[in-house]
Amino acid sequence: MSWRGWVPLLVFLLLLVFLAVGLTLKPSEVPSPLIGKAAPAFNLPQLHQPQQTISQSDLAGQVWLLNVWASWCVSCRYEHPLLVELARQNIVPIYGLNYKDRRDDAIEWLRNFGNPYVASLHDLDGRVGMDYGVYGVPETYVIDAEGVIRYKQIGPVTQEVLQGTILPLVRELQG
Amino acid sequence: MTKETRGAARRWAWLAAAMLFIVVALPATAQVPPAPTPQATEMFQDPATLQRIKRLESELRCLVCQAQSIAESDSDFASDIRREINRMIAEGRSDDQIKAFLVERYGDFILYRPPLQTTTMLLWGGPAILLVIGMLTLFVVLRRRRTETVERPISEDERRRAAALLASQADSKGSSGE
Repeated sequence: MSWRGWVPLLVFLLLLVFLAVGLTLKPSEVPSPLIGKAAPAFNLPQLHQPQQTISQSDLAGQVWLLNVWASWCVSCRYEHPLLVELARQNIVPIYGLNYKDRRDDAIEWLRNFGNPYVASLHDLDGRVGMDYGVYGVPETYVIDAEGVIRYKQIGPVTQEVLQGTILPLVRELQG
Repeated sequence: MTKETRGAARRWAWLAAAMLFIVVALPATAQVPPAPTPQATEMFQDPATLQRIKRLESELRCLVCQAQSIAESDSDFASDIRREINRMIAEGRSDDQIKAFLVERYGDFILYRPPLQTTTMLLWGGPAILLVIGMLTLFVVLRRRRTETVERPISEDERRRAAALLASQADSKGSSGE
């Protein structure tokens, strides 16, 4: 058979490759433009102590995780035990961004499911969330000691993502 | 409607219901609580400004409901973006500044019309490249066809075979009772 005979097969295989790639892409996970950029500034009241505020500069000098959560978020319950377990291991401090939530509901939720956060920031109107490009909760950011966002997880953190991506990155950043 | 077609219709209805379920259920991982947002019409009276907001919103993609624009979507994400757009317009910012604000946070993906840059070259140039490939293929094929179709008189042998075939066909037609 001449090479011409193989053309339809090659075209078909090429199409197959494109379709396979297309099927494995996740269109709901939009790449964040913030990766590699400085974490946006914030100054928010703490969830448990509203009179005390935390700004991003208070957290400089350490690798930390920012986990966006809310009591109304169902997927947050799914990832929460993992975060509680991670906090117990004392590997990396986790700060919460309580996104568009009522304070009472949020505190009650943490009482029920455990509180893995060093502190939670209360972002009632979601303005800080918007600066971080939050569009679905939960989301988790890895931020390095220089205050640069190194990774963003959209949707719940799974054991796979935690062990395969987040923790190796954290260890690498911690040096 | 026969029994079979009704059964088929029911199967299709099930398939449609299943697909609808998938479409509705999948984005459910990203939820946002309801929050009232002031409408643009409550904030601005000027029809030109309202027109401008409408145009801007229709060029932005809603990230949680990707097939809809910010103008069309009822999602909370879209209403947050609308609120920010209204705020920035009230502050007197330009369309480009507003788009830059959103791109900084959500990436180029929020723009329905992606900017022309190295990563989007194929996207913008692709149709033109495909058109050129198509035209070249058509040109080559037509040219080849012209050179391939050579008039060649049939030989005496071929003529006899053709006549024999035609005759045998006429025979079989006749015998089938026509």
